[in-house]
Amino acid sequence: MDFGFILSSAAGELFSPTTAAYALAALGLAVHFGYAGLLNFGQAGFMAVGAYGFAISTLTFQAPFFVALLVAIVCAAIFALLLGIPTLRLRADYLAIVTIAAAEIVRYIVTTNQLTSVTGSANGLAAFEGGFYAMNPFPEGSYLGMNNRDFFIRVVGWGLVAICCVLVWLLMRSPWGRVLKGIREDENAVRSLGKNVYAYKMQALIIGGVLGALAGIIFTLPRGAVQPANYGTELTFFLYTCLLLGGLGTVLGPVVGAMIFWVVLSLTQGILYGLIESGAVTWLNTVQAGQLRYILVGVALMLLMIFRPQGVFGNKKELAFA
Amino acid sequence: MGTVFAAAAALLLIVAPASQATTPSPTPSPPSNQQFQNTISGFLRGDDRAPIPGVTITVRNGGFEASTKSAANGSWSVGVPTQGTYEVELDESTLPEGIRLAEGQENPRQVTFSQTSNLSVIFTFGQGIVIQQQDFGQNLLNRLVAGLSFGLLLALASVGLSLIFGTTGLTNFAHGEMVTLGAVLVFAFNAMNLPFWLAILLAVLGGGLFGYVQDAGLWKPLRRRGTGLVPMMIVSIGLALAVRYVIQFFFGGATQQLPFAQSSEIQIGPVSISPNNLWSLVISVVVIALLGIVLLKTRLGKATRAVADNPALAAASGIDVDSVIRIVWVVGGMLAALGGILWAYYRPGVTFDMGSQILLLIFAGVTLGGLGTVWGALVGSVIVGIFVELTTVFGLAADLKYVGALFIMIVVLLFRPQGILGRRERVG
Repeated sequence: MDFGFILSSAAGELFSPTTAAYALAALGLAVHFGYAGLLNFGQAGFMAVGAYGFAISTLTFQAPFFVALLVAIVCAAIFALLLGIPTLRLRADYLAIVTIAAAEIVRYIVTTNQLTSVTGSANGLAAFEGGFYAMNPFPEGSYLGMNNRDFFIRVVGWGLVAICCVLVWLLMRSPWGRVLKGIREDENAVRSLGKNVYAYKMQALIIGGVLGALAGIIFTLPRGAVQPANYGTELTFFLYTCLLLGGLGTVLGPVVGAMIFWVVLSLTQGILYGLIESGAVTWLNTVQAGQLRYILVGVALMLLMIFRPQGVFGNKKELAFA
Repeated sequence: MGTVFAAAAALLLIVAPASQATTPSPTPSPPSNQQFQNTISGFLRGDDRAPIPGVTITVRNGGFEASTKSAANGSWSVGVPTQGTYEVELDESTLPEGIRLAEGQENPRQVTFSQTSNLSVIFTFGQGIVIQQQDFGQNLLNRLVAGLSFGLLLALASVGLSLIFGTTGLTNFAHGEMVTLGAVLVFAFNAMNLPFWLAILLAVLGGGLFGYVQDAGLWKPLRRRGTGLVPMMIVSIGLALAVRYVIQFFFGGATQQLPFAQSSEIQIGPVSISPNNLWSLVISVVVIALLGIVLLKTRLGKATRAVADNPALAAASGIDVDSVIRIVWVVGGMLAALGGILWAYYRPGVTFDMGSQILLLIFAGVTLGGLGTVWGALVGSVIVGIFVELTTVFGLAADLKYVGALFIMIVVLLFRPQGILGRRERVG
């Protein structure tokens, strides 16, 4: 087994753009669930809205990069508004069911053959990333073993993660954030202080949703393609695993959680494939090894929730639930 | 040891990835066990039902193109990377002497995947096909009955979900996997050459056993610890993921068929319905009626309703709440397994994710009717089932038919959050 190769693959996952996208989306979930106590099970929908909003405005309307980015953010904000209006007054489990349903509606709509000319249906859209890479300030060459394209998307992706972390951190220590945490702890108490709980929840839903949309764009840019199959309900559940790994009511928790998630997935894949290739494991084939990893994700989510709901960094007092 | 050390050194040097190509699949979609999970397939049979071997069929869309030859029994199958619209062309020059496509048979023709991963394409040969001209009323009636059948099988699953919610407060995201388990178990027992009726019986019992094990091994200890409802919901998501991929681990990613899955439609009065759908309808009605009698008339049913109403009060009046909940889990598991078997015939086909495909429809049915109410779940599911089938009659594309049901659920929540039969205080 080539340990060097397995380890370097896993280390590569630490700073991959996909990890950055997961970190951003999980940070959005931290705003929703960790700080505001909103059980949003539709983060995959927000990511899809961002990715498709960006891709469609680039391809169908020939919008320049920043206009497309703005369109994606506005779309996510509108999606959050539409979701929030019927559900934010209801109990947590209703919000969960409605958000997961809304995310699936988005996925069905971008998959349908009726809109193939706009969304590309099941094949998705491609070749919309030109405007982004045209802005690449790095001349061609090797940067830490990467070409300038890979390096640029990593710089932008992780730069965005850093900026968003600082913003969320500033927001959460502001009076606004304290009210939000108050809502998480006891909605009625905050309402009795004269605060408009509904408006605060809606603002939190929009902020987290916009983070999700940005994550959707970062997720698609290195691939140069967006496909509806990537935005199923599993994506949201993986994001919850990242969030719970790191810690719910923390800023760095989701980021570290996403890193742990991808490094562990990469390590287990490398080790399992190595064992299979060397003949040490014969009761598995490589496809089943892939499935075994997802079984582990499910089991990890259960065990985390049962035994360490606050995650690696979290504080048990800061949990969104008793 | 040396290699490990060198590897560590290399790791320090290469902070960033040098090996993008081999990093694990970054997409979160589940891994496939074949080259492609989706297939387009069919049987070539002549006018006289004799199979036609050795005919070349080409499937293409955009950049993808693949072709195959029909086998000795006339069957052909092409794996395709994604679901979508494909052009299927039968090479007429490879047809045997004397056989030609029927008059009016489109070739090449466009085909589109709907919800399943297998798409069957039929080419007709010989004298020609009778193009079925169904009038709107006929079509409406047929879809209505099919929708009723679908809605009742959804109801089997959602009544269990609703009972579990009512007695424990848990929104169980693993219910879809309980549905899948029923169908997969029938397939497994059937593959062991057990008689068909025994396979179904064992599968339903297996579903009950799964419910029992879940409650005894997981949910009861969590209730004992006083775990909150939201953490329990997330635990159920973890369980759903784990069980779904365990099933895929053993079952594979392909679509399998249960025995007697293929049947031609029969005519009953003005309605044409497949015998499987008719059986499904009858079985669901009988089972739901039995369940209703048990809930309304027996001591156990009264105890269940009492626990659903107020667990603390029920316990105070001498009801063993834990054993009632245990029975609810077992019954819920059995109902879900039965629903899964019927769903496998309705689709038709067994896949590892068939349950999670209808999980949201089950939720929609339960929410529409009112969370925690048994009759609400029944009514809501039937509405969802009929709605799903009827939207295609009124011009909604087949691949959007679930959207209508989910959308209607959201709209109902806007105006009547407690659902059709729910009580106001449940919404809180």
